[in-house]
This record gives sequence, structure tokens and C-alpha cells, in this order.
Amino acid sequence: MTRIKTSAALIALVAALAAPLSAQAHRQWILPSSTVLSGADAWVGVDGGISNGVFIADHAAMRLDNISVTAPDGSTVATENPMQAKYRSTFDVHLTQPGTYRIANASSGVNATWVLNGEPGRWRGPASGLAAAIPAGATDVVSAASASRLETFVTLGEPTTTIFTPTGVGIELVPVTHPNDLVVGEAATFQLLRDGQPLAEADVTVARGGTRYRNNPEEMTVKTGADGRFSVTWPEAGMYWVNTAWRAGGPRPEGAPGGGRGGPPVASAQYTAVLEVLP
Amino acid sequence: MRSLPLILTTAAVLGAAAPALAADLTVTVELPRIPVASYHRPYVAVWIERPDQTAVRTLAVWYQQTRNNEGDGKDWLKDIRTWWRKGGRAMTLPADGVSGATRAPGRQTITVPGARLANLPAGQYNIVVEAARELGGREVVRVPFRWGGANTGRVSGTTELGAVSVAVTR
Repeated sequence: MTRIKTSAALIALVAALAAPLSAQAHRQWILPSSTVLSGADAWVGVDGGISNGVFIADHAAMRLDNISVTAPDGSTVATENPMQAKYRSTFDVHLTQPGTYRIANASSGVNATWVLNGEPGRWRGPASGLAAAIPAGATDVVSAASASRLETFVTLGEPTTTIFTPTGVGIELVPVTHPNDLVVGEAATFQLLRDGQPLAEADVTVARGGTRYRNNPEEMTVKTGADGRFSVTWPEAGMYWVNTAWRAGGPRPEGAPGGGRGGPPVASAQYTAVLEVLP
Repeated sequence: MRSLPLILTTAAVLGAAAPALAADLTVTVELPRIPVASYHRPYVAVWIERPDQTAVRTLAVWYQQTRNNEGDGKDWLKDIRTWWRKGGRAMTLPADGVSGATRAPGRQTITVPGARLANLPAGQYNIVVEAARELGGREVVRVPFRWGGANTGRVSGTTELGAVSVAVTR
């Protein structure tokens, strides 16, 4: 029973990690009720979902298992009032210290495949467990790391930068412009790192919410430079979904044979930031 | 023309006052009377900025000074959005001589003695007035003025603010 559950969870996780790299992927998002707050303490309600239109809860709720909230002083903050509904999940974050908080849904690990006595084997887990997971005598061993990060930032009082120290795993954002200091008409610059190194020549999708109420999606794509930096001049106030994905060897070709989940694992990483731009 | 017949103009007030009491910078802000069922006095911030719109200092911020069952007045300071970003969020409030309770519709005057602005280099600046009202809108009015000699300026808002006048007397 436990084994079946684990397998199901594994398949779901692998699928979740692989899905955003395909063209028809639904988009995973989180949506904070506020990002700029004042006062001695404050509450932020956060919704999370997976859908075609960003921030439009009409497809699937986001799982809350991997949500982590980091306070300005580096401590972990417990989420409150979590609930998973049909189309969205929700939870609250109580901000009790001044500065910038990170609200993230992040995961990373290694996928491995092998052949043992003619039978294929497959495993996913933390990088530290890889060596022990591969059985003795296995051949055709292929392993690849994957990482996924979806995050947003909220600030009580003055913005701080303590939470932006990169971990060196997967794609991460380093602010040049503070992500809670975004105003329509002004340019903002951010740097993307992958495993701690600048993510050069990456396409970054910039999608503003509210597509149900306009005909043109008004999406933008910008490219990172050699230093991993990209800039956006916000055309409208609103909540933005900013996403990029990386895959070893480049994007999977459309309809390529053997490119499905049955093939050997390929290293990949994806990143999404949800940013609020004020008028 | 809103209903305040007995207001003396800033220049008249300054002209009549003894020089010893004359303010060196006077900002007059007209808060319009807005005929809505659920009127709340606006949160207002007044500050000096350079022509590149960087803030120099906050002269006044009016907000609810107490806590009620909806929260503390400071919880909504961020709704004075431009001011909050350019300076408010870095301030410790309440601030002596700067923060105070919300003001009623009508003409409100802020007088700043020259001594408080002793460190302000002579040159061109703006007075910025921003008003944000619960269940209402937000408006920012900029009035250019020159520091370092007598001059006046006046710009009118259209929704949340009426006329904003600035007078420098020396």
C-alpha cells in the first residue's frame, strides 16, 4: 500500500517537473493578496493553482506539501489556515517582522534509470541518496538532476535582501531591482542563476494576469544576457508571472521519438516568480 | 469654487504676519468635499522631491492615529503608494512635527520654518502631495518651486485633491 502511494507520488512529481517543458503545459502559479504592506504586523493570503490562464483558478489546485516561507531573518515561518480546494489551494502567512519574505514552492532531486537483469529500473530522490539507490550490478545507469522553483515575495515596511542568497540548486533569482519595488513604466532588472552560475541566453516569459478580461494575452518574452540578467519595463500595473525553463541539450523537440517519460532522464530546471507591479 | 469663503490667501497671511513668525515654506492643500455616502478622510502625505523625483524629506503625513476593530491606522500607510515607496517605508512613525491625524475637507496649511530646511541646498524642487481615500481614489499633485528666494506655485488636482499652493518667502 505504501509502495503504491509512493509510486503514484513519484509519477506525479516526475510529471509535474516534466510538464512545464512541453508546449501545452498548464502554468503553476501562486497569488499573494498583497506584496507591499505597512504596519507593525500584517497578514497575506496566498492562493496556488495550475491552469492555462495565470491566476485564473479553473483547472487544478496546487499541492501545498513543498511550500516554504522564509522570514527576513532567515527563519522558517509556518503557513496558517492551509486548505486544498478543487481549483486552488490557499494558506495565510503572518508577517511579524519588518522586511522581505519569500513564499516558495520548491523541489529538487535526481532521476535515475538503469537496467538490472534485463529489467528497467527507475528512481527519484535527493541527490545524496543516489549512490545507495542504484542496485549492485545495474547497467546503463543514467542520472540527471532536476529542480523546480515557484516563488513570490512580500514585504512589510522597508524591503530587505537577506533572503536572496542563492542556494546554488536549480534556477534562482537575484534582484538588481527589488521585486517588491516595481512600478508601471519603470524598468526592472533581475539576474537568473542556474546552480549558482549565470543562466545565459534563456527565454523568460512575462505574463500579466487578467487575460479573461482582454482579448490579447499581451505576453512578452525577454532573453537573459551572458551575465544572466534580463530587464522588463512594465507596461501595465498588475500581477505578473515570470517564468523560464532550462533542459540539458535544449528544449525537447516536438514529437521526438523516445522523448516521453519512458526515456532516460534529462537534467532540467524551471523557475517562476510572481511579481506585483503597482501603478 | 468650493465652500470656504473666509480663507485668506497664503500671500496675505504671510504679508500680514510679523517677519519673525513668517514661515519660510508654506504649503496649502485643499481637500475637496466629496459627496459620497461613505466618506472617509483621506490619508495624505506631503514631501519635497528633486526634479528627478527622488524624495528629499517628508513634511507631513496624515493618517488614522488609532487602532480600531479593522486594524491600526499604520496598516494602510502603504496605500499612499508613491510616498510609501519613495520615503514613507523608511520612516519611523509617528514622527514629531510630521505625522498627524487625518484632516477634514477644506483648506489645510503646512508651515515649515526655514530652520527645518537649513540643509536643503538652493535650487529647483517639487512639493508633492498625495491623497489616498478609503473606498475612494488616489491622486498625486506636483508643484514646482525654487528654494533660495521668494516664489510661489499652484497646481490643482482633479479628483482627490483641490488646489495645492506653495509659497517660499525668502
